[in-house]
Amino acid sequence: MATEIQSGKVHVQTTINGESVDFLAEPRESLLEVLRDNLGLTGAKEGCNNGNCGACNVVMDGVLVNSCCVLSVEAAGASIETIEGVASPEGLHPLQQSFLENAALQCGVCTPGFIVAAKALLEENPDPTEYEVRWWLAGNLCRCTGYDKIVRAVLDAAERMRAEA
Amino acid sequence: MAVDTRVGQTIKHHDEEYKVIGTRPIRHDGLEKVTGEARYGSDINLPGQLHGKVLRSPHAHARIVSIDTSRAEALDGVRAVITSAAFPDPGDKLTGGGEAPGLPLKFKSANMLARGKVHYHGHAIAAVAAANPHVAAEALKLIDVEYEVLDPVLEVWDAMKSDAPVIIEDLYTARADGTTAEEPSNVAAEMLYEVGDVDAGFAEADLVVDREFTFGVVHQGYIETHNATAHWLKDGHLHVWCSSQGAFTIRQELADLLDHPITKIHVVPMEIGGGFGGKTTAYLEPLAALLSRQTGHPIKMAMDRADVLKATGPTPGGYVRVKLGVTNDGMITAGYANLAFDAGGYPGSVVGAGCRCVFAPYNMPNAKVEGFDVVVNKPKTHAYRAPGATHAEFASETVVDEICRTLDIDPVEFRLKNSAKEGDWQLAMPPYPRIGHIECMEAARDSAQWQTPLETAPGKKRGRGIASGFWFNIGFTSSVTAKLNSDGSVTLLEGSTDIGGTRTSIAMQFAETLGISVEDVDPIVADTDSVGQTDVTGGSRVTFATGLAAHNAANDMKDQIVEGLADLWDVAADSISHADGTFSANGKSATVGEAAGLLEEEGVFPIGKNTVTPTREGGAFAVHIADVEVDEETGKVEVLRYTAVQDAGVAIYPPYVEGQMQGGVVQGVGWALNEEYVYDDDGHLLNASLLDYRMPTALDVPNIETIIVEVPNPGHPYGVRGVGEVPIVPPPAAMANAIHDATGVRMSHLPMSPARVQAALAAEA
Amino acid sequence: MATVHIPTPMREATNGAARVEIEGATVREVVAGLEASYPGLGGRLVEDGQLRPGLSAFVDGANVGRRLRTRLQPESELFFVEALGGG
Ligand code: FES
Ligand code: FES
Repeated sequence: MATEIQSGKVHVQTTINGESVDFLAEPRESLLEVLRDNLGLTGAKEGCNNGNCGACNVVMDGVLVNSCCVLSVEAAGASIETIEGVASPEGLHPLQQSFLENAALQCGVCTPGFIVAAKALLEENPDPTEYEVRWWLAGNLCRCTGYDKIVRAVLDAAERMRAEA
Repeated sequence: MAVDTRVGQTIKHHDEEYKVIGTRPIRHDGLEKVTGEARYGSDINLPGQLHGKVLRSPHAHARIVSIDTSRAEALDGVRAVITSAAFPDPGDKLTGGGEAPGLPLKFKSANMLARGKVHYHGHAIAAVAAANPHVAAEALKLIDVEYEVLDPVLEVWDAMKSDAPVIIEDLYTARADGTTAEEPSNVAAEMLYEVGDVDAGFAEADLVVDREFTFGVVHQGYIETHNATAHWLKDGHLHVWCSSQGAFTIRQELADLLDHPITKIHVVPMEIGGGFGGKTTAYLEPLAALLSRQTGHPIKMAMDRADVLKATGPTPGGYVRVKLGVTNDGMITAGYANLAFDAGGYPGSVVGAGCRCVFAPYNMPNAKVEGFDVVVNKPKTHAYRAPGATHAEFASETVVDEICRTLDIDPVEFRLKNSAKEGDWQLAMPPYPRIGHIECMEAARDSAQWQTPLETAPGKKRGRGIASGFWFNIGFTSSVTAKLNSDGSVTLLEGSTDIGGTRTSIAMQFAETLGISVEDVDPIVADTDSVGQTDVTGGSRVTFATGLAAHNAANDMKDQIVEGLADLWDVAADSISHADGTFSANGKSATVGEAAGLLEEEGVFPIGKNTVTPTREGGAFAVHIADVEVDEETGKVEVLRYTAVQDAGVAIYPPYVEGQMQGGVVQGVGWALNEEYVYDDDGHLLNASLLDYRMPTALDVPNIETIIVEVPNPGHPYGVRGVGEVPIVPPPAAMANAIHDATGVRMSHLPMSPARVQAALAAEA
Repeated sequence: MATVHIPTPMREATNGAARVEIEGATVREVVAGLEASYPGLGGRLVEDGQLRPGLSAFVDGANVGRRLRTRLQPESELFFVEALGGG
C-alpha cells in the first residue's frame, strides 16, 4: 500500500514586519514552520505545536495567534508581526528593555512569545491590572521564572509607555 | 528607576562588601534573548541537511519479534532507516563521565533504540532520515514491527512483589553491603543508611508518627523540546549541535555509545530552553550521528511534545514511608524512612539522594533509611531539580507538621529546636559544615507573611503551611579560559551552558577578582574543543564551580599582568600591589586597561586559565510559607500568598537568585497540585500533551516573595552556595500543611489534585 | 592513624565496628590497609585499583571524589559515600 505524500506547493504572498514576503509552502505546513524553516525567522519557538504554550506567538492582522495552529497558506494577504519586528532601528521596545531590567527571563525560550503577547495586550489595554496581565498571559507557559518577574516587567513597561505617550 | 517592589529582601550574616558581586547588571546575553536573535538548538539549519524522526513503541512492555524497514526505505525522499543494530555492541562496558557514571552501557544503548524488547510506551524503536520532517513522519508509518505484548508493571509496589514479571531478565539486585542477589528481580539496587540506634531512639519517644506517601511521575517541563543536529564528516570527525545541560557529557556519551574516539567528537552547545535535570543525557544526538554517518548529510532532529513527555527522563513516582519519634517537649529521638522510586525502564533512579535528604533539616540522634531502585515499565527516570529531595522531604515535612499539631508546638519553634547545624551528624556523610537552616527559619518567622495573620473570609477554607527543604548541591569540574584584550576588556570562555543568567554570574566573579567592571567581561559559552572539561549545568553548580574557576582564572591573569609589569617597570613582582583594579609599585601605577595596553606593546597577552573540581559544595536550605484557599466543592487549591526564604551563601547575581527561587516555587506548586503522568492499565501514557499535562500558568500563582539569606559557604572564596535546586523542595509540603490547616485533612499523595483533595474531604466528612 | 567511617551495611566485615583506625598517607594506602585488616571490605570499596563506580571519598569534610592519591593528615577522617548528581 502506498501512502500518498503531498508535494504540491502553494505560492503565498504576505507581509511580515512591514515587508512584503513571498514563499512556497506545502499546504500542510504551519505558519510557524514556514517562519522558522523557510524564512529564517527563528525567534518564534515551538514548545508544543498544538496551541498550549504560546512560544510561537505572532500577531496576524492585529490578532495574537499561536503560529503553530495557523496554516501557512492562511497567511496569504495577511499582515504578520513577529518578535523580529518588535525592536525598531532606534532601539528596543519598552517591553524588551523592561524584561532586561526586571530579569524577566531565564532560559529565554519563552521570552519572544511573552513579549509578542504582552505587546498585543498593551496595545489593547495600556493600563492593565496585575490580574489582567496574568489573565492575558495565561496562554504563555514559562517553566523557569515562576512568572513573577515577567508580570512585573509588563506592568513596568506599561507604566513607561503611558508616561511616554 | 523604581526598584522597591521588584527586589526581594536580603539578610546578610557576614560583613563582606563587594563592588560587583551582589549588584544587578543586565545580563550579557539578554539583548539577543529579548529580540529573538539568540540561537537555540533547533534554530540552526545546515546546507544539505536532512531531517530525522523516531518510531516509538505503542506498547509498555513487549518483545520485538521483527522489524521490517523495507517499505519505509522505498518511500520517495527517505534516505536512511536505522534500528538498534546500527549501534556497536556495548558488551559489559560501563558508562563514562557525566551524571551517572558506572552504569552498564548496554542499558543506555538500549534506551536509545530498543534491543529485542521495549520497556515503556514511547520507547524508541527505529529512526528515519528524510528530505523533510513530514516525509520522515510518513516513513515511520511504513515501518512494520511485530510485537509480542507482555504484561506491564507500572508501580514500584507491584514491581517489588516476588511474582512480578521481571522486566530485565538478567538484573540482579546490588545490595547495600556490596553483594549481589542470586535471583533476578526488578529491584536494581538497595540502600541502607544508619546513624545511632534507631530502636533505642524510638523507645525513648513519647509520640511516634508513621505515615506512607505515594507519588506520580512528573516531568521537568522545559519549554524547548529536545533537539540535535549532527554532521559526521568523511574523515571521522563528528560535529554535534545540541541543546543540552552539558556539551562535555554529550561528547562522553557519544564516545561511549558509538565507540568513537573522543577527540573526533566536537560538540557545540546552543542556547538551551530549560533543562532542570532532564537535559543531562543524550536521546537524539546518537541517532542523528548514526543517520549522518549513513547518509553523509547533516541530520537535524527534534522531538515533538508528546515524544518529550513519553520518552525522555521524567522524575520518578514511587513510595515513601516516614516514621518519626519525638518526646512530649518536641525533641526528635529517632527517624525511620523507606523509599522506593521507579527507575523507569532501566536501573538508576534518584532514590539514593532522596534517602540522604529525608531528615536533612534536623539533627538526628538516631536514624535509619532504606532505599530501593525499582525498574518498571515507564520511561527511564532522571533528575529534576534537587533530585529525590522533593519526594523525601514532602513526606518528612508533612510528618513534622503532624507532630507539631499533635503536641501543639509551633512549627517554627519545633524546627528551630531540632535544626541541623554546623558539626551535626549527617546520614552517611561527614558532619555538616557551616549551614544556614536556622538563619532561614528565623527569617521565615520574621517575614511579612508569617507576621501577618491569615485573612479569613466567610465560607472559605483557608490555611497556612510552612516547610523546610535541603539539597546538597554538587561540585564536579569546571573550566574557564580568559583572554585579556589590549583595551583591558576580557573575553571569558567557559563551558557551562547558560540556562538562567550564569554567563553574568560567572563574569561578575571574574570582574570582582580582577577589579574591572562586569561590562568589560564578555562571557562566551564555548564548545568542547575550545575550553577545558566542564560538567553539566546542574546540581546548582555553575555559579559555585564555574564561578570558582573564573575567580582562579582572574588570579592567574593577575599574576601574569604583575609579571609583565615587573619586567616593564623593572621592579620585583612581589613589590607590585593590586587593589581596585589598579596595579602599583614604586610610584608607578596602571589600571587593568592601561596594563593591557602596556603589555601589548611588549608582545605580552595574558591568558588566565583554570580547571577546578571543588570539594566543599556547602549544602543549601530553604524555608517556604504558603497560604492557600481550598474550594470544598471542587477540591481545587488556590495559592493566596507565598514566601520563599533561602540560604544562597552569597548571592552573586541577586535578581537571578530570586528568579531561581520563584521558578522553583512555581514548579513545586505544579508538582504539589496538578502535575502527574496518567497511565491506563496497559501502561499507555494518556496525557502526553501540554493541554493534559498541565503546568502552572501566570494565572495559577501569585507573586512569590523572596528572602535571600546569606550564610557564606566556607568552601568558596566568595561564599557561594548553589541556588538552583533547593527551591523546588519545600513547596509540596508547605502546600500540604496549608491544606491541612485549612481543612483538617492530611494529603498523602502528590499531586494533591482537585479530585484527590475532594475525595479526601469527603472521606473525612 | 586515619579514622575511617564504615557504612552500616559493610560493618559485617569490621565485626560491627562503625569506625576503624588505619595507617596510611593517602586514601589509596588506607584502602589497602582496610583490605589487609578486614579482608573483603576493600573489595566492596575498590575495583581494579579504582574506587567502585559511583563512590566518592570524603576526607575531612572535603569531597575528593575518586582521587585515591589524595594525601591524608594523621588525624584525617574518611567517609565513602555514593556520588550524587543534580538536576
Ligand atoms: S508551539 Fe504554538 S502554542 Fe506551543
Ligand atoms: S525563561 Fe525559560 S521558559 Fe521562560
